[in-house]
Amino acid sequence: MKPLVLLSRKPWIWSFVAAFIVWSATILFTGGASTIGLSQAALTFAAFSILVGIGQMFVITLGPGNIDLCVPATMTLAGTIALKFMQVDDSLILPGLFIAIAIGVAVGIGNYALIRLLQIPPIIATLSMSFIVQSTAIWTNRGLRIKPPETLASFTTETTAGIPNVALVALTLSVCAFALLHLTVYGRWISAIGQNIRAARMAGIPVDGARFVTYVLCSVLAAICGYLLASFSGGAALNMGSEYLLMSIAVVVIGGTAVAGGNSNVPGIWGASLFMFLVVSMLNTYGAGAGIRLIMTGLIIIAVIVVAGGRNPHQR
Amino acid sequence: MKKILSSDTVRLLIPALSLTILLISVFYLQPRAMSYVGLNLLFNLAVPIALATIAQMLIMTVNDLDLSMGTFVSFVACITATFLQATPLIGVLMLAAAIATYAVLGVLIHVRNLPSIVVTLGMSFVWGGLAVLILPAPGGEAPGWVRAVMVSRPPFVPMAILACAIIAVVSHLLIMRSSFGVILRGVGGNARSVERAGWSILKARAATYALAAFFAILSGISLVGLTTSADANIALRYTLLSIAGVVLGGGEFTGGRVSPIGAVIGALTLTLAGSFLSFLRISPDWQIGAQGAILIVVLALRLLLNRLENRGKRP
Repeated sequence: MKPLVLLSRKPWIWSFVAAFIVWSATILFTGGASTIGLSQAALTFAAFSILVGIGQMFVITLGPGNIDLCVPATMTLAGTIALKFMQVDDSLILPGLFIAIAIGVAVGIGNYALIRLLQIPPIIATLSMSFIVQSTAIWTNRGLRIKPPETLASFTTETTAGIPNVALVALTLSVCAFALLHLTVYGRWISAIGQNIRAARMAGIPVDGARFVTYVLCSVLAAICGYLLASFSGGAALNMGSEYLLMSIAVVVIGGTAVAGGNSNVPGIWGASLFMFLVVSMLNTYGAGAGIRLIMTGLIIIAVIVVAGGRNPHQR
Repeated sequence: MKKILSSDTVRLLIPALSLTILLISVFYLQPRAMSYVGLNLLFNLAVPIALATIAQMLIMTVNDLDLSMGTFVSFVACITATFLQATPLIGVLMLAAAIATYAVLGVLIHVRNLPSIVVTLGMSFVWGGLAVLILPAPGGEAPGWVRAVMVSRPPFVPMAILACAIIAVVSHLLIMRSSFGVILRGVGGNARSVERAGWSILKARAATYALAAFFAILSGISLVGLTTSADANIALRYTLLSIAGVVLGGGEFTGGRVSPIGAVIGALTLTLAGSFLSFLRISPDWQIGAQGAILIVVLALRLLLNRLENRGKRP
């Protein structure tokens, strides 16, 4: 009846509202001079957070305790090995992507093997795995910075019809993730597992299979993100994934996905990712130093969760 | 079969066993480590890690998780190396304010039903920012008394081991033996029944957070005592180390099942793992990876022993 009221009940709307407010505040400050530049930069950098955020969202949907701390290490390893394999050769771009995906699959299998076979809590399993993956990346990288192939580098940095290419990639994958979550039985399965794993098991859902696929999916998305980020920033660096550990969790939660699991949404990740980038650029525009910027970022995360959270009393 | 050991003892047995095995391997590789100085060097850095692990364990007792532990310890280290050294009164006041902030966080998380992971995630940015503001470049100086305590040489037992033992005993008495500890673990186990029995969960949670902040502050101060100067990123890995330490020591993420002595042993194991690897002459590239592998092996061992124990229970 009232579309506005209905819209305000969607958990993801708040992250978009917040992103829009911050965007407007920045634009107003600069007098509209950097509207296009700021929007493009926001879309580009948000795209990377969106890719890892979607993977993390699937994992968090599985319920309390499910989290993938291996995301940064997977990004680094996939970026490093893919770039090393391509050797600045344009013809190897697609095989390079497949190698990155294969690394993601391998890490995902390793993660779930630890969780399932050794019955380790996911936090510790993915943490131990990330140590091993990070070591492998250090060993292969050797501090060298290998350049990406020309075509790939320009693809990741250029825009199509004013929209950055990486944002289009993120959009495509988000639509796939949305369809996967809402239109397939797999999406129903992981929501059911997140709501009540025992009930899900009794209902005959292949719990282990669904969880396995989810962890692999998360690692694959992280690997693709690492591949794109390494190409975008002109080479793989050992610390390139580090900020995405907290970022991937933050965008999922600010985006309105229930931390307790069982209820997730893809659009919110877009709003949250844009918001997180825009906050930093807004503070930069206002000339804030690194310390103030960090403090403000933290306070804003807490403010968002205080305002948006706590609606569902069953959620911890 | 008669049950000889309680499940709490078994819980403690596995971390103790892994620490012993690791220690024996280190002594085998490097017999000179088997001395007063050697042991002190091996376990020196374990003291701040053990304190941070206890702090994390307190938070985990009430079913929460603190993702800001590393940045908070760094923040405390920065205060210790600057304000606490130059103007002790202001330094103490700042640390007291930090404890109060933690208590407020506990209240906020409880009242608004917020996920602790996200709130502490946000706080990690705040502490990191404050640390950068206080100490933009690495530096500062450790207060004389902190330095004196950390490098003191008590007779027979090295300071590092003595300190870890004291930490273990004090936190054991606090969590496992005091009525306050029982309420804490009750909140983790079944908050509703604790509430119905007439205790305030709000107060319990605020007290837990404040106490955790206190232990984390001790961790930061002792860290500066060892390193003599501080940096805004000095302890970032403590977040993950402290969680790993609690789990290695037999603690669990839910249900208020924790073991303070186990947590200290877990922290010691993690510290020793680093030295063990350098004695093995493993290339530095693989140091982190091997640490992960040791974590996996210890947890696999625990699973095995748990299975054996369960088999023994069956008639």
